[in-house]
Amino acid sequence: MMSKPGTTPHLRINPLACHAHGVCIEALPEMIGSDPWGYPVLWENPVPGHLLAHARRAVASCPTLALQLVDSDTNPRQ
Amino acid sequence: MNRRDAYEESLTVPATVPVQVAVGGLLAGVDGRPDLTGHLLRHGELPDQSAAQLLDVVERSGLAGRGGAGFPTGRKMRAVIAAAAGGGRSVRQAGPVVVANGCEGEPASSKDKTLLVLAPHLVLDGITLAARAVGAAQTYLCLHEDDHEAIRAVQYALGERRAAGIDSARVQVTLVPHRYVASEESALVRLLNGGPALPAFTPPRPFERGVGGRATLVNNVETLAHLALIARHGPDWFRSQGAPDAPGTTLVTVTGAVAAPGVYEIPLGITGRDLLDLAGGPTGPVQAVLAGGYFGAWLPAARAMAARITPAGLTQAGAALGAGIFIAFPAGSCGLAETARVARYLAGQSAGQCGPCINGLPSLAAGLEALALRGDRRAPEHLAKIAPYVTGRGACRLPDGATRLIGSALTVFAPDVRAHLAHGPCPGAGHAPLLPIPTTATSGKAR
Amino acid sequence: MILASDVVTSTTPLWYATRATGVIALVLLTGSVVLGILVQVRFATDRWPRLVAIGVHRNLSLLVLAFLTLHILTAELDTFAPVGWFAVLVPFLSAYRSLWLGLGTVAFDLLLAITVTSLLRTRVGHRWWRLVHWASYACWPLAVVHGLGTGSDTTQPVILGITAVCVASVVVAGVWRLNSGWPEQAGVRVAAGAFGALVLIAGVAWTMAGPLRPGWAARAGTPVSPVVQSSATAGATALSTTGSASALGSLPLNTAITGTSTSSTSARDQVAVTIDGSSVSGTLAASTGSSQ
Repeated sequence: MMSKPGTTPHLRINPLACHAHGVCIEALPEMIGSDPWGYPVLWENPVPGHLLAHARRAVASCPTLALQLVDSDTNPRQ
Repeated sequence: MNRRDAYEESLTVPATVPVQVAVGGLLAGVDGRPDLTGHLLRHGELPDQSAAQLLDVVERSGLAGRGGAGFPTGRKMRAVIAAAAGGGRSVRQAGPVVVANGCEGEPASSKDKTLLVLAPHLVLDGITLAARAVGAAQTYLCLHEDDHEAIRAVQYALGERRAAGIDSARVQVTLVPHRYVASEESALVRLLNGGPALPAFTPPRPFERGVGGRATLVNNVETLAHLALIARHGPDWFRSQGAPDAPGTTLVTVTGAVAAPGVYEIPLGITGRDLLDLAGGPTGPVQAVLAGGYFGAWLPAARAMAARITPAGLTQAGAALGAGIFIAFPAGSCGLAETARVARYLAGQSAGQCGPCINGLPSLAAGLEALALRGDRRAPEHLAKIAPYVTGRGACRLPDGATRLIGSALTVFAPDVRAHLAHGPCPGAGHAPLLPIPTTATSGKAR
Repeated sequence: MILASDVVTSTTPLWYATRATGVIALVLLTGSVVLGILVQVRFATDRWPRLVAIGVHRNLSLLVLAFLTLHILTAELDTFAPVGWFAVLVPFLSAYRSLWLGLGTVAFDLLLAITVTSLLRTRVGHRWWRLVHWASYACWPLAVVHGLGTGSDTTQPVILGITAVCVASVVVAGVWRLNSGWPEQAGVRVAAGAFGALVLIAGVAWTMAGPLRPGWAARAGTPVSPVVQSSATAGATALSTTGSASALGSLPLNTAITGTSTSSTSARDQVAVTIDGSSVSGTLAASTGSSQ
């Protein structure tokens, strides 16, 4: 999960794997909010430097591994 | 003069392209025999250009996908070739795959089925040529499992070609459950890989990793049919019709309040008014046009008439070309009630994989129904609150399209919204439904 | 002359440590299983947000491994019970109560697999991680049965009580798990519940007929050698003899005896060894020793 130099780390949610456990919303409230049905909404992207460790913890703690940290913005709409 | 009229007056109407069905187009001469002999008489033999020549011809022609996304076909082919070359050894050895998409998910569209029944050999030619261009040895043609006419026509055509020893590529006909989302690119790939016909999470997109992990070119059958003609007549011929920014002809399905609804082949760039006139003209006053099907948007009549029928022109007008669907909506019908029915249908067509869609679409449908059928005062606020959470958060574009459609209905039929809120549902809300919704549609979720 | 050995179980600290770390590991494992279920059923309060439940579940599991390491090490180092190093990973190899200890080995193997896949979760992928994690539903009952079958103090009320509380906690959590999400996949839930109930009943029945009945140590496969071994080590206590003590000398005894020796289990789970024979240097009368 180490970012390559020169890229900006982005968070991405796999909507197929996400079952609204809501752990990521607790782990990274600065960037992830909740929609009316408990599913996570990425309000901010990319991940700023001071939140990177928290982002990694959030990714590791997702029960279904739906939250991903990627090197660049491959999914602009999220 | 109210604000809406003033806005419409301010639109400039660009120069129109003369309306004519192109000579040697897809549907030219199809009143003749659709069989192999008739096809060869009309169009001649399958050209034997090399892959490099084909790629060059496609790129210079400016052909773009006719399945709804409108992606430049030449660029897509190049991307598939690059992905196939860059893969692991087994992937490189196996080569890319070509998938022809003949599944028409939009209920209001009939163009692909019409093409397959009237000119199957053009489609099959296109598949062969596309396979040659990208170096694919394996090709598939996907059809809805209940599209019996098209299936019969294709099987017959394949039999003729086998007997004549024409095709180098084996085309495997694959039947797909009839669902709105089943014909999405990644859903077809998933089905061909042995899974359910439901959208997958992308990236990787099919062109990078698709059927069997190989680079996969997915093209609409109409796109491939155009390819068959471009290979024969050249890119300049293709560009001689249509508009500079949208060359060639395209098939459209025109229905609703027109005298002669049906599938038409038109040069891109004509206006909406030209299009409706081609379909026999409106049968009465038209209040709005649904452009792009249920994945498109409503347009006020005046704006629709003035719009250029090109991807850019319709996007600029606020809708989309999509799969070339135009429904003339008569005055006296209730756009809100009709859209509410469509919203409920789309909610039922959810693949059931992503929370925002599973929850959001029924919620939007319920809100629109409350507005259209009961004049519920809370409905507009509810819709405004929910909509931003529905769009852009699923694996496929179904929720995005539904949200856009509903949003456009609220904008275009704004006077109706006010009237419903003030006085309750209008008489039009009780009219017989106009927009087609398949009654035998398979539910969106996997069986 | 009566040769008696009042040898009891090893009183080395290692043996106590093995039993203690085993009990603690079971309690921690129970806590981990219950928390894991709470995570799955999405339990959350202000004091126990999801993140905390997940974190404590993970930490408890790692603690279980720590205590298990001590449990296994002390068991190996303590020569009272011959376990053997291979038996740490390969089940049913130990000479000491091979079946019941072997179940512990199986549980340990499963726990290792679960831990490794969990530590490498992002690399292993969700599907495989989840598949291996299901094994925790087998790991825990195996640990309980291992404790009851191998533990030498199952009849002690404290130990029995702790085990009962652990079982009750997991049963309650298990019912919660089956109920959460009902009635989706009702068939699977009913089948799992029936199976779990069967296992519970069988387990209780076995406990009452086995470990809680006298004579379990022998039936469980406690080899005789601990008795002989401990009599040769400093663990032996008073050796009472009758007859001409002078002919016997003092412990440790190192003499050749010809005759017969028989062992039998008495009421209070004591093994009686009767040696009836004569030594080269004299005659020994039948005598009785006991050990537990």
